[in-house]
Amino acid sequence: MTKHPQLDSWQENELQKSLSRFPERKAKFVNHGGQEIPRVALPDTINDEYVKKLGFPGRYPFTRGVQPTMYRGRLWTMRQYAGFSTAADSNRRYRYLLDQGTTGLSVAFDLPTQIGYDSDDPLSSGEVGKVGVAIDSLADMEMLFDAIPLDKVSTSMTINAPAAILLAMYVAVAEKQGVALEKLQGTIQNDVLKEYVARGTYIFPPRPSLRLITNIFKWCAEHTPAFNTISISGYHIREAGSTAVQEVALTLANGCTYVQAALDAGLELDVFARRLAFFFNSSSDLLEEVAKFRAARRLWARLMKERFGAKKPASLMLRFHTQTAGHTLTAQQIDNNIVRVTIQALAAVMGGTQSLHTNSRDEALSLPTEASVRTALRTQQIIAHESGVANTVDPLAGSYYIEQLTDRIEQQALELIDTIDKSSGVVACIENGFIQRKIENASYAYQQEIEKGERIIVGVNEFQSEEENPPELLRVNPQVEEAQIANLALVREQRDQTEVDSDLQRLRDAARSDDNLMPHILAAVKHYATLGEICNVLRSVFGEYRDRG
Amino acid sequence: MTKETRKHRVLIAKPGLDGHDRGAKYIARTLRDAGFEVVYTGIRRTPEEIAAAAVQEDVAAIGLSSLSGAHLRLFPAVVEALRKVAAPDIPVLGGGVIPEEDFTVLKEAGIAEIFTPGTPVEKIIAAFSDACEAHYQKRNIG
Amino acid sequence: MTSIAELIAGIKNGEPRAIGRAISIVEDGGVHGHSILAALDVERIEAATVVGLTGPPGAGKSTLTNQLIAHYRSQGKRIGIIAIDPSSPISGGALLGDRIRMMAHAPDQHVVVRSMATRGRLGGLCAAAGAAVRVMAGSGCNIVIIETVGVGQSEMDIVRLADITALVLAPGLGDDIQAMKAGLLEVADILVVNKADCPGAESLAMDLDGVVRERQKAPDNLIPKVCMTVASEGKGIGELAEEIARLDAACRASARHLLRRRQSQHLEILDWAMEMLRPRLLELISSETDDPVSDPRVKAMEILKKIN
Repeated sequence: MTKHPQLDSWQENELQKSLSRFPERKAKFVNHGGQEIPRVALPDTINDEYVKKLGFPGRYPFTRGVQPTMYRGRLWTMRQYAGFSTAADSNRRYRYLLDQGTTGLSVAFDLPTQIGYDSDDPLSSGEVGKVGVAIDSLADMEMLFDAIPLDKVSTSMTINAPAAILLAMYVAVAEKQGVALEKLQGTIQNDVLKEYVARGTYIFPPRPSLRLITNIFKWCAEHTPAFNTISISGYHIREAGSTAVQEVALTLANGCTYVQAALDAGLELDVFARRLAFFFNSSSDLLEEVAKFRAARRLWARLMKERFGAKKPASLMLRFHTQTAGHTLTAQQIDNNIVRVTIQALAAVMGGTQSLHTNSRDEALSLPTEASVRTALRTQQIIAHESGVANTVDPLAGSYYIEQLTDRIEQQALELIDTIDKSSGVVACIENGFIQRKIENASYAYQQEIEKGERIIVGVNEFQSEEENPPELLRVNPQVEEAQIANLALVREQRDQTEVDSDLQRLRDAARSDDNLMPHILAAVKHYATLGEICNVLRSVFGEYRDRG
Repeated sequence: MTKETRKHRVLIAKPGLDGHDRGAKYIARTLRDAGFEVVYTGIRRTPEEIAAAAVQEDVAAIGLSSLSGAHLRLFPAVVEALRKVAAPDIPVLGGGVIPEEDFTVLKEAGIAEIFTPGTPVEKIIAAFSDACEAHYQKRNIG
Repeated sequence: MTSIAELIAGIKNGEPRAIGRAISIVEDGGVHGHSILAALDVERIEAATVVGLTGPPGAGKSTLTNQLIAHYRSQGKRIGIIAIDPSSPISGGALLGDRIRMMAHAPDQHVVVRSMATRGRLGGLCAAAGAAVRVMAGSGCNIVIIETVGVGQSEMDIVRLADITALVLAPGLGDDIQAMKAGLLEVADILVVNKADCPGAESLAMDLDGVVRERQKAPDNLIPKVCMTVASEGKGIGELAEEIARLDAACRASARHLLRRRQSQHLEILDWAMEMLRPRLLELISSETDDPVSDPRVKAMEILKKIN
């Protein structure tokens, strides 16, 4: 074995540091026959080419992973996205998940909350508590995290356009629990750009949205340094029908846009870059997905280093959450979905994800039942503890196919990023519909393949069978909406209206100026100003975005 | 004019707040490729907006898509809104994540057809085509 | 069942259902189309201002139109919009998405929006759009905007239906503008630089100013003006509306308004004629020319003679 100087330096630095700070889960990893499993399998000859393209885990360009020992040190965070109906119901589900071994919470909000409407807004009719929990004011947030110590749990919140408001409520709850803010761990999604092209929960036009995002970056760097301020998401872009290459390209292009916006706002790159997190989709083409994650990691490291001149390793690392692909779940023969999710989860783990949500078998029909959620979580636990793939770092490295695919995805993604740059950037390409068209065309082509039978989906266009009895589904109690509206009325009645009015006026003035909006939002939520009231103030100043369709 | 150039005109709309429009857009495009003129409203439409647009565009059928579970409220609300703008004759078809047990309620509320993930696209095209033909029969000028 | 008389009364009263139905009937060229058009209020049609709005994709036309709607509504005016999108040449179908940005106005009975597909017709589109303009004007619309995407010949023809033509451009759209100089740029009455807050807007405006100054033949008050707008923020909309009103008044004060309306009538008649001629021509051609033809042009002349 030819030694490469970088190998020694990696072992002495990154690896040693990691081992001493986070010992591996076991003193020795062995297979069934008792043979030792290598930490990182390496080629016989480590040449410059290898070091440049693959290198070592925890070191640039991070193709093989962001940590030197990966899951031998610590397993990924098993984070199940959940939330429905009222804060009290969701709180019960979170406590159940924590009891079952979940290691991080992931809050799903209902659509009115995500789009900045209170539960009593006419536009919210029929949607309250449906796809997530309804949060109108700090009172709901207090209930949501009742008896859950916020210094012990990391919380991911899928919230974008009104992210600043939900973050402010979370901070206010932490303060009430007496938790020091620097201990707060978690992530807000806060990625509005992908909302315009894929997910649809935007409120304001792109430019004021970018301002809100950089306001959060800045405030969090000072107050909640351990909190991830954005989760730049390819997940929904893929769900909207993009290809794997487009998922990588459009996500990283969005990432570059946020970095540039933060730099333009005067933030320091190596301070905020470490708090950027990513969120990808894991679909059923196992090998392509593994290559996708590796390519994304390498491409981001290169972009950060070469384009933006980031220096610290933490600024170059693409750390990501993964969710298995919702769009691959079928309403037919729903138990098949458990198998799909297993393959997809395996891809995410072999691709080096930092956290993972596994979908439940019944999600093509409705929100998952508790039993389905448990199976989904067990799937992750089986992969972690039984499959053996977590015992060695980046297990598929060096496969001719995987490496070729990794190179190809990186190259094609870079080409698309360059095209967007040449067309005046992401915002312009959203406004003129270029990005939406790209995704739509890919989605249409994929669906056509299924319709024509060129792509087989088991149980849908092949291998159909007579359906058994309809499965038991989770229904959100229709009274939730009324109850939520009644609670909201109570909050409005009991709060100090003069305080709220003056807070909202100050927020309006701040929105018209260049002030950071976070302190003003925090003040307002503490006086129980509602999400809808705060968003309406911002709407009146920023205007509303309307899609081109 | 020697012959009429009539095309099937339909409206595809997303009521409610859910922004997942992959399915709605796919159906819109599929119907276009089957020769329909498809007016697409975009996401987050109120039942009133949908009904008013359907009347202005003089469509022969409306297709609604909802994935957020709000279909029991929203689909009948569109039927009701059509009644208020004197257009109860325009048929409403619906699709999305809709459990089978809701079909009866929706049909009773006046939804003509319901599609779920996995409904073959030919079936959807045929349903829109039939709905349009039936509608044209009804609305001849007397 | 609706009677024609009811439909005509409905149009006069501005009833959305009647207007929607009537436009379909005139667009489809049905037997009742003529009776509807003949019964429309001539004075209303004469008084309405017809504005053609065109420009390349991405210039922000729909957003601009949406802002103009809001502006005219705040002045208590009734407004009609005809949004034209291309039909698929293969299936003949069309995806009409222009009204997405105007959807919030849908329940307002004084905003009449109609999407129209080109239907791949050689003729007929101008005729259909022209008829729709008259139905809208006949229903009391003070302003009717015809919105088209693109820079091709059919878009040029459609904007010629208008009293006032506005060309919407934006910085950063690249070579489209160069390609347009020969065409639309020369017939436009108003040049709108949208996204005026983006880099390159000033120099685009200067370029355009240069182009219009070369058009010396127009009298002073009819020289095209360059308007700057930021449609996404509603900036410059009032000024644009004022410019439209000013030009319209100036045209009506001179012979130009009548000339335009006469031209647009010619265009519509020609359009109908082409549409009616086409099937007959096809019939004649297919019945005659089984043998190889050495000069198709000569053959065409022979066939035309037979039509008389």
